[in-house]
Amino acid sequence: MNQIKFYQKGTFTVGNRLVAEEERTTQASPARSNSLTCGHRACQGCGEALGARYAVDAAMRAADGQLIAVNATGCLEVFTTPYPETSWQIPWMHSLFGNAPAVATGVAAAMRVKGRTEVRTIAQGGDGGTTDIGFGCLSGMFERNDDVLYICYDNQAYMNTGVQRSSATPPAARTATTPPVGDKPGNVFGTGKNVPLIAMAHNIPYVATASVADLRDLEAKVTKAMAIHGARYIQIFVPCPLGWGSVAHDTVRLARLGVESGLYPLFEAENGAVTSSTKIRRRVPVEDYLLLQRRFAHLFKKGKPVDDRVARLQAMADENIRRFNLLAPEE
Amino acid sequence: MKPFAITLDVGSSLANHTGSWRTVKPVYVDRLPPCNHACPAGENIQAWLYRAEAGDYEAAWRELVKNNPMPAVMGRVCYHPCERACNRKGIDEAVGINSVERFLGDEALRRGWAFDKPATASGKKVLVVGSGPSGLSAAYHLASQGHKVTIFEAGLAAGGMMRFGIPKYRLPREVLDAEIQRILSLGIELRLNAKVTDIRETMTSGGFDAAFLAVGAHRARHAEIPAGDAAHVLDAVSVLRSMEGVEKPMLGRRVVVYGGGNTAIDVARTAKRLGASDAIIVYRRTREKMPAHDFEVEEALQEGVMIKWLSTITEADQSSITVEKMVLDDKGFPQPTGKFETIEADSLVLALGQEVDLSLLDNVPGLELENGTVRVDANMMTGYPGIFAGGDMVPSDRTVTIAVGHGKKAARNIDAWLHGVEFETKKAPLAEFERLNPWYYGDAPKTVRPMLDIIRRQSSFDEVQGGLDEGNALYEARRCLSCGNCFECDNCYGVCPDNAITKLGEGARFAIKYDYCKGCGICATECPCGAIDMVAEEI
Repeated sequence: MNQIKFYQKGTFTVGNRLVAEEERTTQASPARSNSLTCGHRACQGCGEALGARYAVDAAMRAADGQLIAVNATGCLEVFTTPYPETSWQIPWMHSLFGNAPAVATGVAAAMRVKGRTEVRTIAQGGDGGTTDIGFGCLSGMFERNDDVLYICYDNQAYMNTGVQRSSATPPAARTATTPPVGDKPGNVFGTGKNVPLIAMAHNIPYVATASVADLRDLEAKVTKAMAIHGARYIQIFVPCPLGWGSVAHDTVRLARLGVESGLYPLFEAENGAVTSSTKIRRRVPVEDYLLLQRRFAHLFKKGKPVDDRVARLQAMADENIRRFNLLAPEE
Repeated sequence: MKPFAITLDVGSSLANHTGSWRTVKPVYVDRLPPCNHACPAGENIQAWLYRAEAGDYEAAWRELVKNNPMPAVMGRVCYHPCERACNRKGIDEAVGINSVERFLGDEALRRGWAFDKPATASGKKVLVVGSGPSGLSAAYHLASQGHKVTIFEAGLAAGGMMRFGIPKYRLPREVLDAEIQRILSLGIELRLNAKVTDIRETMTSGGFDAAFLAVGAHRARHAEIPAGDAAHVLDAVSVLRSMEGVEKPMLGRRVVVYGGGNTAIDVARTAKRLGASDAIIVYRRTREKMPAHDFEVEEALQEGVMIKWLSTITEADQSSITVEKMVLDDKGFPQPTGKFETIEADSLVLALGQEVDLSLLDNVPGLELENGTVRVDANMMTGYPGIFAGGDMVPSDRTVTIAVGHGKKAARNIDAWLHGVEFETKKAPLAEFERLNPWYYGDAPKTVRPMLDIIRRQSSFDEVQGGLDEGNALYEARRCLSCGNCFECDNCYGVCPDNAITKLGEGARFAIKYDYCKGCGICATECPCGAIDMVAEEI
């Protein structure tokens, strides 16, 4: 997607002095809206803060600045709005943990009633607020095909309340509620749900997954979603140094390794069918991703897997690669 | 109107200075790119590639000639140690720096770009002895600094070994002439057929304030080989020199060249082009030990030159030479075996190295010599104050690029010496590959330069290696990774979760808002070229 050939330095970087202004990313622009600005209280190296600015700035550009955001309870809500301060530079509202999709439906309806058709609505939340607590409201928003873009920042557990397991937590991961003890340490294999696939089952016009390691891909997906009316869902992979036990400076690197290993497939679906996937550029084994995170430390002893669980995670990655066709055809 | 049920005014989180969380802070740095570090002429390669990749070739050329006035020559004869040092090898292949340099050099000649004239005259006179690469380089830099420069050249034409050593098929003479002329146009006086026999006498009579000596190494080194009266034994230096004259050297149909350096290769390839059916290089050690550059050996072999490894010549006669086979001992030195072989040969050319004619220094006290060369200090000055030296006549490897580097270095030190100060340079630490984040560089294999077809390579002195056109020169320039120096890719500006980086605009790079930077270090990790260091805060 958006490959700029010939600019070896700028094909994958945020910006590039050699390409035309309109071909650069939103984030490269000094005029980006900085929807989420400085002074917020997210941890050092927070992937969610980064993903939110990436996504909302792109949505702001697509909506020409006419955007209202609704937020579910969660890290993003807490660290951006400790009363009376706010880090949001756009109209933003928060109600409850589980009702963000329903509130956003209301906002969109209100704008329609007022004849403000140029104003667009997004809703956003973490994986807990989306895949567990807000799931009923989300499914309702989908089936009614309300004109809302829902963005889920997926860091794979309830980080704000102390790293408890969510239905987006991957197998084997250590959380406060899935400790690495007993004969099945960490989160249990075969549990959890894949909300992008569930969203697709509602036959909504647009579903996509993205990551903070691939900005061009992320911005293209948000821009595409904003060009469509109806219910849309984008899930963004946002590493969490606190919950994952990773080093703050490795956030983008981990997002990249998650994608390049095949564990986090990036794809787009329209009206219930997968239409494209982002190809893996330099494939890595899942170990490269797992070894940087203390939540998976119990899988290894001296860098070697202690049992077959690493192989099972590798099998999951391989299955994603097959299912979503993540490898570019050999030239 | 106050919002309903709110007791405090809403405020911005900008009031919350999260910079106080930080224990380490990001700092922009500039490091020394490995190409620049490896360049014997001290070119700022990365800087001129940066201009070239934007398509601004004149700015690129002007950046280049700050350090080296002869890019078109360099782009042909330099052995480009820069490419051996290039970090891009860790991703795919080294950047074709040499081919871009040639493109810029040729472009400058085609468009007639001239050097900037010095703004003011210093009133000092400097003598340069020898108009080879080192002398020309020194003259260029000295003239650019405003000094009055006179070159004394013993030969018939300027260029030194570039003219009388390097064959035309590697360096066409119109290119050489044009680059020399452009240097002389700075107001440098060139005196041909002006051999200096007593340097102090010449300096005094000419009123020179300082001198730079670069007389080169033109005397062929000889080996004691029993040769019959009728044997046709020549030396490589005179063979290559006579290629510049009207009468081409008479080498015959079967030519044997003795030696393993680049000069031996040049003679063998020249012999082939003059019509020799056999051009055989005899060398006493193995290919791995051969001092000649591998690509030159390869090109010679392609052209049909034959090489006898592990062989010494014991006798030369009218129509044959006798060769003894050697073996390498434990220490890698060749030892005789007592097995002999006869090779038919019409002529034998000795390419056993060159020596310096130091007679112009006989009258100079305080000099130190080393293996027939003159020792110089770190500032290129000989033991006699005011007399500097460089190029092949000082202890060093002998290449055109090293000579150009000596000339530049000497010129800067002469300038400082004339002003009674010390010339100082500061070098940043090296930008190692480990500091890069190679993810951000797309795959882009090196552009291959066109080669002349083999028939014309064996029968003419046309240039063997071609140049790049604008399209692929631009492509090649854009393969540069910009190791260790910001190229404004906006990655830091983008990846900061705290929006703590300000983009200052083109050419001005970025600034960090330390009031808000939490010191997570993502910017440093995701910087493609390793231009951000994380430094501990003083707490």
